[in-house]
Amino acid sequence: MTRRWLDANPWIWSLLGAVLVWGLTVASVEGRGGIETLSTALGFATFYVIVGIGQMLVISAGPGNIDLSIPSVMMLAGYLAMGVMHAEDSGLALGVLVALGVGLGAGIANVVLIRGLKIPPMIATLAAGFVMQSMTIAYSRGSTAKPAPLLLQFSLARVAEIPVIAILFLLVAGGVAFALARSTFGRSVLAIGQNARAAYLAGVPIRRTMAAVYIISSLLASVAGLLLAAYSGGASLNMAEDFLLMSIAVVVLGGTSIAGGQATVTGVWTASLFLYLIVTMLNVLGVSAGLRYVITGLIIIGVLAVSKGRKTA
Amino acid sequence: MQREVARATPPGGGAVRRRLSGRVLLPALALLVMVAVIFYLQPRAMSYTGMRLVLRYSLPLMFAAMAQLCIIAASDIDLGLGAYIGLVNSLSALLLAERPVLGVVSLVACVLAYAAMGAFIEARRLPSIVVTLGASFVWLGLALLVLPTPGGSSPAWLTTLVGLRPPYVPLPIVAGVLLAVVGHWLFMRSSYGVVLRGIGSTPQAVQRAGWSLLTARSVLYGLAGVFGLLAGLVLTGVNTTGDANFGAPYTLLSIAAVIVGGGEFFGGVVAPVGAVIGAFIMLLTGSLLSFMNVSTDWQLSVQGAILILVLGTRALQRRRA
Repeated sequence: MTRRWLDANPWIWSLLGAVLVWGLTVASVEGRGGIETLSTALGFATFYVIVGIGQMLVISAGPGNIDLSIPSVMMLAGYLAMGVMHAEDSGLALGVLVALGVGLGAGIANVVLIRGLKIPPMIATLAAGFVMQSMTIAYSRGSTAKPAPLLLQFSLARVAEIPVIAILFLLVAGGVAFALARSTFGRSVLAIGQNARAAYLAGVPIRRTMAAVYIISSLLASVAGLLLAAYSGGASLNMAEDFLLMSIAVVVLGGTSIAGGQATVTGVWTASLFLYLIVTMLNVLGVSAGLRYVITGLIIIGVLAVSKGRKTA
Repeated sequence: MQREVARATPPGGGAVRRRLSGRVLLPALALLVMVAVIFYLQPRAMSYTGMRLVLRYSLPLMFAAMAQLCIIAASDIDLGLGAYIGLVNSLSALLLAERPVLGVVSLVACVLAYAAMGAFIEARRLPSIVVTLGASFVWLGLALLVLPTPGGSSPAWLTTLVGLRPPYVPLPIVAGVLLAVVGHWLFMRSSYGVVLRGIGSTPQAVQRAGWSLLTARSVLYGLAGVFGLLAGLVLTGVNTTGDANFGAPYTLLSIAAVIVGGGEFFGGVVAPVGAVIGAFIMLLTGSLLSFMNVSTDWQLSVQGAILILVLGTRALQRRRA
């Protein structure tokens, strides 16, 4: 009974991990700053969550599906949006539109490569990422990359210590979870992920669903890029570096099956908190950047090995 | 370069071999066209010294491509290869010149770690993409621990080795041909090569034939570790210094080289000769752009476009067949 419940709710492990790490962090500074730590972690983890939800939808759509263009979309969207904003509120609307346009364009490009040219998703999104990365590099020369003040305020805003963007994407996550469980679209994604052939024979619109999944992932990545650029006070070429690994790590650690067909949005949130809290803990302990990377990498591999070993997928 | 094309199209015999040579034919032709365009745009590149300069960075890339090929042969993918090359680069620059024994020990440990990663992936049936991504953090972190800021130096023998000037044919081409021959023998001719490619296509069959999947995957990852090690070492030799981040571009470039060179993501379909050609193609995009007076900011775009072009063409061919 308990076992079945655990199998149905694999996110519980990353939640336990997050609580444990948070406890250790607070304990190591003698109980001070617990709430602040959590509040900061919520803010940062939100960025993992935004891209994680997109990556989760893509991965859930079956083996071989993965979006490696996420960091490039973030970079390009962040840069172009900051570029047209010129650090003024009057440019805010245009900047947001540009960012979303980048997301939409990138998503469509991925879909055309994957569905139209039949290129494996991994290499299609990789190649699209190459192109966007070099566009960003070319564009970044001599461009100002500061956010509009309003956007900056929004990205940092808090209500009762809870970051506004975290609240926003808790709602979005709730919506996605509901869609996966109840809507035709959500059921279609999971059906394709479980068995594409069976889904096709059952009349699931494969083409449309797959297109939607990749476009949603790119759109979310562009939003993440926009908000992250604002949050960190400006776009930079290395701001999205870690997001390739993190977008995949939060999905898998959260309990979504890498083989597709089974997804947990809650897991994306708990795993994002877990991973960010680990970084916080190591920072508090004064660990060097190198050791921080080593430990993060080992934890990701370790948790993956343990959780995959529990249920034979 | 002509030599490679000659190797790429072995004479006659067997449907499989014909299909494989067909696999290598397209990239070989693409390479010839690129070389022709480069020579047309910049006739001075046609000399011994010119080729040496143009192909300077082909050494690390061809070894990286061969490392990635080992992983792709198992229908896996290695997203941590670049970080690993960066680690080897840092370790060798810091230790090999000053404390050679410790240096060699640490580098051997790197290769063993790679083989262990293969065993781990097989034993726990984990997705390689996540494990290698996680491992990329470990390699990068270790490299930063070893060498927090760029520095160190290349041991004299290594600098001499990568600076060799064989008669008539520049070193990168000689090395490319040698590597292609070794890779071809290893995967296409040796009997264990069949097992190695087999775990990427039909692991059950390999297992029923009495071969250990665990051993085979460890060997493949170990080989990748060796080729990655060579890539990192020649990178140290070419740059004469170490940097934890130097290796980063090689992850994606090596994948591109293998795929452009005729490899497939699934089914253990790889072409070692093609991978070396693919490495040259990816490398020459840079020279091509600079000879055309286009900013090298766009090099990634061109590399992405080549990938799309090659795979799109291949998919179209398959649909027609």
